[in-house]
Amino acid sequence: MKPLEDRVVDGNAIGGMLIELFGTEMTTAVGTCGVCGTVGQVAEMAVYLPKLGTVVRCRVCDNVLMVFVEVRGVTCVDLHGLAQLA
Amino acid sequence: MEGTAVRGRLTWQTATVSAVMDETPTVRTLSFQVPDWAGHRAGQHLDIRLTADDGYRAERSYSIASAPGEPVAITVERLDDGEVSPYLTQDVQPGDEIELRGPIGGYFVWEPAGPDGATPLLLLAGGSGVVPLRAMLRLRAQAGSSVPVRLLYSVRSLPEVIYRSELDHEADGVQVIYTLTRQQPPGWTGYARRVDQQMMTEVAWPEAQAPVAYVCGPTNFVEAVAADLVALGYPPQRVKTERFGATGTP
Repeated sequence: MKPLEDRVVDGNAIGGMLIELFGTEMTTAVGTCGVCGTVGQVAEMAVYLPKLGTVVRCRVCDNVLMVFVEVRGVTCVDLHGLAQLA
Repeated sequence: MEGTAVRGRLTWQTATVSAVMDETPTVRTLSFQVPDWAGHRAGQHLDIRLTADDGYRAERSYSIASAPGEPVAITVERLDDGEVSPYLTQDVQPGDEIELRGPIGGYFVWEPAGPDGATPLLLLAGGSGVVPLRAMLRLRAQAGSSVPVRLLYSVRSLPEVIYRSELDHEADGVQVIYTLTRQQPPGWTGYARRVDQQMMTEVAWPEAQAPVAYVCGPTNFVEAVAADLVALGYPPQRVKTERFGATGTP
């Protein structure tokens, strides 16, 4: 196993989100890698937590104008805070 | 989402801050009254969610600092560029309400009555990684457990030690060892460097005693310590790890 980079955390950090998604405690669940076959508990897996995304705010009122979030190479762009962008 | 909570599932709830206590100039412990708390285990964590007036939300995960049965508490280190910790360490007052959910996690957990409850305990903390380990120490005392414990706590300087008064009153069978990585008081004779293989050799219980280790801290600390323990012969499954990323450099 190669050492994790500083910014990487582990499956403990997403325990809450996983309970939300799966309906049960998942950090002790055991997963098997579909490529190399490594078996391990979710708590021991490497987790890359992006920031919530890049957030663009209004200079005057602090409103969130734009949010960019990347998921598997696809960037989701949320422009709901803008009335117009030309 | 209101009204859809399934019994037994993890849901966000509103807790009331019941007490705040400064541990160091940048670290504060917050205790909560949580109306619907299932009870937690030592080492678990909870999530905190802050929502700005415009709906922007930030979520963070914090280790629970208190033992089972004690009021739910977290200990938060202020990161100056953080979105959540400055609020929690500077602005929050008793009586304030905060959204949280928990308890979370079943991996980084120690229980005196569990399968690892009777073997020597090795606790390794980098900076605020001491928080869940403190919950384990309190549980050990509460349960009247006599398992021998060594806590190696890597921290930049003595004033940055969290829970110092508690840790300096070592309970029977609990040995607390500091390594001060950046600044040492005059006459300091203890460790004064980052944890390394030599230090681990001196501090860790011999593998033959079938110890269990809990390592918590910044990712680089946990990676280094876990590798040292495995090199000493600890089976990887006896080394429980919890990493919190790049924050701080103890």
